[in-house]
Amino acid sequence: MDFATFIQILDSAIRLMTPLLLACLAGLYSERSGVFDIGLEGKMLMAAFSSAAVAAVTGNPWLGLLAGIGGSMALAAIHGIASITFRGNQLIAGVAINFLASGLTILMGQRFFGLGGRTPSLTGEGRFGEITLPFADTLRNVPVLGRIYAELISGHSILVYVAFALVPLTWWVLFRTRFGLRLRAVGENPASVDTAGVSVTRLRFAAIGICGILCGLAGAYLATGLSAGFVKEMTAGRGFIALAALIFAKWRPWAALFSTFLFGLLEAIANRYPDLDLGLITVPSMFMNALPYILTVIILAGFVGRAIPPRAGGEPYVKER
Amino acid sequence: MDKMPKWADVILTPLISLILAMAISALVILAIGESPWMALKTMVTGALGSSYGWGFTLYYTTNFIFTGLAVAVAYHASLFNIGGEGQAMIGGLGVALICLALPWPHWGVALPAAMIGAALFGAAWAFIPAILQAKRGSHIVITTIMFNFIAAALLNYMLVNIMRPQGSQDPATARFPAGAHLPQLSEMAAGIGIEWGKNTPVNITFFIALIACILVWLLIWRTRLGYEIRALGRSEPAALYAGISPVRITVIAMLISGGLAGLMAINNVMGEAERLVLNAVEGAGFIGIAVALMGRNHPFGVLLAALLFGFLYQGGGELALWTTIPRELIVVIQALVILFTGALDNMVRMPLERIFLALRKKGRA
Repeated sequence: MDFATFIQILDSAIRLMTPLLLACLAGLYSERSGVFDIGLEGKMLMAAFSSAAVAAVTGNPWLGLLAGIGGSMALAAIHGIASITFRGNQLIAGVAINFLASGLTILMGQRFFGLGGRTPSLTGEGRFGEITLPFADTLRNVPVLGRIYAELISGHSILVYVAFALVPLTWWVLFRTRFGLRLRAVGENPASVDTAGVSVTRLRFAAIGICGILCGLAGAYLATGLSAGFVKEMTAGRGFIALAALIFAKWRPWAALFSTFLFGLLEAIANRYPDLDLGLITVPSMFMNALPYILTVIILAGFVGRAIPPRAGGEPYVKER
Repeated sequence: MDKMPKWADVILTPLISLILAMAISALVILAIGESPWMALKTMVTGALGSSYGWGFTLYYTTNFIFTGLAVAVAYHASLFNIGGEGQAMIGGLGVALICLALPWPHWGVALPAAMIGAALFGAAWAFIPAILQAKRGSHIVITTIMFNFIAAALLNYMLVNIMRPQGSQDPATARFPAGAHLPQLSEMAAGIGIEWGKNTPVNITFFIALIACILVWLLIWRTRLGYEIRALGRSEPAALYAGISPVRITVIAMLISGGLAGLMAINNVMGEAERLVLNAVEGAGFIGIAVALMGRNHPFGVLLAALLFGFLYQGGGELALWTTIPRELIVVIQALVILFTGALDNMVRMPLERIFLALRKKGRA
């Protein structure tokens, strides 16, 4: 494999990891606050549809992004009302949200555009363009580092940079602010937070709200950055891979960056080499696609480090009277 | 003292949830510019108006009974088995391997063998998540989700690289031998001189599904194992104190659950397609969640809910055929049913409990 191919695969991995990273951080906020979220997939799908639909009509990806966040937030609100206000089962609410998004996106797509659930293809201005970082073209000819800067680091859409910037930001919020401390506490021991006079309900709703915004970014990137428009079921399990990455990262922001990069890389390699020839054995692409899930099960099993979820995760909080 | 009489808990709350789900679905239909009344009429005529419609409705019902029972059995042990989809896929693999292994002389021999294959493969697919939950505390919801995707990849690999007949482009196995053909209900009806449900896929598996309902009922409420499953589901410390091994019961409950999900393959793979294709399960594993929630995890409730979803599924196909409503409407209805009967259960239950408490007070005064 030459250097150019290597750069291309890494470049593709960065593009493919971005929606995973955004969704993974979304899940991180929600789960750290004690609300399990298996509805990441649905929220991303809804955001992908609404952003693509609005971008197609207005020709403006920023309006699309806002719509995407709106669509994702609507589902996040349902999740919050069901699992916080009415203390329902968080997992079942997540399942319902996934199906709701899967059905509604096609119904609305058919109603608005009549293209069998697709949205019209976005051209030029309707998408998030690629940003060329300063000096990228002048530095291109510098061996190795120049090419890495020009081809790997430069030339992505704004949302890719936002996603990467969100990693240190999330770390700072979670571990260096009062809000973050309370958020983590509410996921471990909500009763103690309640005793300290802080509203568990409000904190969890805030976490779910952040989760909704980030899923909105993830979906919008998918439909208006990575591809040009919405197609039926376009998230294709990415919400679940993000969930897997979250577990793989043991609910930590920096580790999430590495786990999503790993899973993005696996997808990039599977796309590039449908049948990877390793000399002795040929690895079929199906195996590469299944690898994130297999790795997550192994991590969950605790054979390679142990993934322990926030202690109060999945439990609705009942206030003492 | 219970806050509500039993009938209100068992019948009234699911009914109100269902009505809420249907009302919102009607609004969705209105929003896409069609008449809900016409939609309902199309669905009823298409699914229940002829023996042809019934033939399909009962075929789907059979699938959903198996996946619904699978979710229900695990739920009694307070395990949320979301992996019915993958277990049914792998069950299909078991059926295909057995049906293609021998030139079966008669379905009477092939069916029991295929049933064992389906149940064993489905149970095996549930085994790893079960043992990981029981021994290592890995959350079963996450592991079963992961196993759904792993099953899809495995099936894809098996069909594309191994089981595909030479010269075929289609990712599917060869046709099963004629001796593995299950009697269709239409053929059985023709045998006693009645013309019913010609060209419909409903087959003898429907009766097996009904028997499975009865067996699950017996298992849960009339056997020691069922008692242990329910005890574990209610309270793990109490079960432990009573000498019940949580590891053993967790694994057994998941094996039964996976086996039931796998058994679905008798219907869709052996009974209908007569070969294994990609995406043979078509989401039935997930519908099982809605069916079990709606049916309150009781086999009779599961049967009724499966019938409802069979009707919705067949009716949804008819809608797509005769109106501009896409068949994905059914997915929305399914989501709403899961939402209202599962996640928003308290929203329906709390006001009802208040009403019954108020009524009781009045009765006493």
